[in-house]
Amino acid sequence: MSGFQTNSRVIKWIEYRMPVFSFLNHSIGAGYPAPKNLSYMWNFGSLAGFTLVIMIVTGILLAMQYTAHVDYAFDSVERIMRDVNFGWLLRYIHMNGASFFFIVVYIHMFRGLYYGSYKAPRELLWILGVVILLLMMMTAFMGYVLPWGQMSFWGAKVITNLFSAVPIFGEGIVTWLWGGFTVDNPTLNRFYALHYLMPFVIVAVVVLHIWALHQFGSNNPLGIDPKGPQDKIPFHPYYTAKDSFGMGVFLIVFAAVIFYLPNYMGHPDNYIPADPLATPAHIVPEWYFLPFYAILRAIPDKLLGVIAMFGSIAVLFVLPWLDRSPVKSGRFRPIFRIFFVLLAIDVVVLGFVGANPPEGAWLITGQIATFWYFLHFLVVLPLLGVFERPKPLPTSISEPVLKGGGSLAGAPAKPMEKA
Amino acid sequence: MAETATPAQAESGETRRDFLYLAAAGMGAIGTACVAWPLIDSMNPSAEVLALASTEVDLGPIAEGQRVTVTWRGNPVFIDHRTQAQIQQAEDVDIASLPDPQADADRVETPEWLIVIGVCTHLGCVPLGQRTGQSRGDFGGWFCPCHGSHYDTSGRIRKGPAPLNLPVPPYQFTGDNIIVIG
Repeated sequence: MSGFQTNSRVIKWIEYRMPVFSFLNHSIGAGYPAPKNLSYMWNFGSLAGFTLVIMIVTGILLAMQYTAHVDYAFDSVERIMRDVNFGWLLRYIHMNGASFFFIVVYIHMFRGLYYGSYKAPRELLWILGVVILLLMMMTAFMGYVLPWGQMSFWGAKVITNLFSAVPIFGEGIVTWLWGGFTVDNPTLNRFYALHYLMPFVIVAVVVLHIWALHQFGSNNPLGIDPKGPQDKIPFHPYYTAKDSFGMGVFLIVFAAVIFYLPNYMGHPDNYIPADPLATPAHIVPEWYFLPFYAILRAIPDKLLGVIAMFGSIAVLFVLPWLDRSPVKSGRFRPIFRIFFVLLAIDVVVLGFVGANPPEGAWLITGQIATFWYFLHFLVVLPLLGVFERPKPLPTSISEPVLKGGGSLAGAPAKPMEKA
Repeated sequence: MAETATPAQAESGETRRDFLYLAAAGMGAIGTACVAWPLIDSMNPSAEVLALASTEVDLGPIAEGQRVTVTWRGNPVFIDHRTQAQIQQAEDVDIASLPDPQADADRVETPEWLIVIGVCTHLGCVPLGQRTGQSRGDFGGWFCPCHGSHYDTSGRIRKGPAPLNLPVPPYQFTGDNIIVIG
């Protein structure tokens, strides 16, 4: 593909001293050849990056109006909603942006799971992605504490108390996290500091994630490597255009929620100021944590419950070594496809379980779903790699489109070369 | 490298330089740990948080069978003026059958007054049972709505995910009806 070229003397002057333009060209420009068969499922990476930018911009503006003190935090948020110019808009974008960030990232992850994007040589790319997920969870959790409503306070208390399950050091760790004997002003202050810091840590890991991506380029729906330039098209303008279209659709849905259902994904209890002496009758985390919360509660032992919850994410780190099938794409794995759908259903079921009290049928369902989650990763995937007989793979990315033509038909690659 | 080693050291593959590397790295690690500690410790409770460490309560107005909540170090403390029936219930339990075995006598100064920290030992919610009409769970003590832990009339865990009894704060009677918690 084309190297970076320009006629601008200014750009040439900068480029000679610091090759920033050719770097961009190779990262997101015409100099980055991507597989030509990427579907709309490949939109969600850039969409996640876009959402991160929205969150940082609205977050910085909100920080200019917010007061991190137990006596003022709740009122300062109400002031943002009522008095600050467009404060309601900033807050609703930021609040719902968190949910949309998770929607986008979860779709991005399930796409990776289905098409085997975590497999060699993209293991580090996948692992960096899981690191980003963990950082996002920490950021979202600490951000939810800042409005200092009832759910903020009790969510913070329950989640920080998870660390008290650590043998011997548990109590000391929790006191250290709180900076006191309960969630209080020191806790709110440090959460605010960290909530402001973490997004920039995420940006740094996103840079690493993209760096790792460009080493081998995007995976694709067929899961086979591009055989040459005829299987690729330049990222710009083809995928910049495709990503922009997806971004437009995303923004329509995002705007609809911000303007018409801004509190749909929140809890009314968080509009009650925090009361350290009264726990709300029904504590639930934000929807994006519900499957993990369900796993925590499925196990009746405190320490084992906490281990299982962290284990449900830890298992993703070793996923590239659990799934030993040499075929990447689920399209060519008839049995894997069935289990993939079951896993997706399982996670949704866990979500519903997490939203309901852990009693009776919900508790049993949660235990079965938790068991299935781990069974999928620790038993089903390793066994499938051995026993599943995949369908024959196409010889190239062009072949399925050209019906046996493509490179085999000896079509000259020259017209493609120009692209 | 060879000139820094004696013949015996050269044969064993160890040199003075290896020792210097280890010593330098070791000192570096110790130095880093020494610098890290003040940074980490700054996040622990500060002097003014620790200074709020005691609460005085007048038990006089609390009638038999009544429960009162006071605040100690930011946490709720449950004060339960137990009835004879409740005391009996707490004492009659087979201690060996408890998840966190402890006799009722070890948890009170005088049997009528049960004083426990009202924070569920599972994940820190405040259990219900302090106000009339609230659920007291299956054992007549407290019930944590978050994850379903049941405590008995001695504040001991009987059923549910909490691993430990409601802790008894350090307290002492300074008068007939006055206690100081902390």
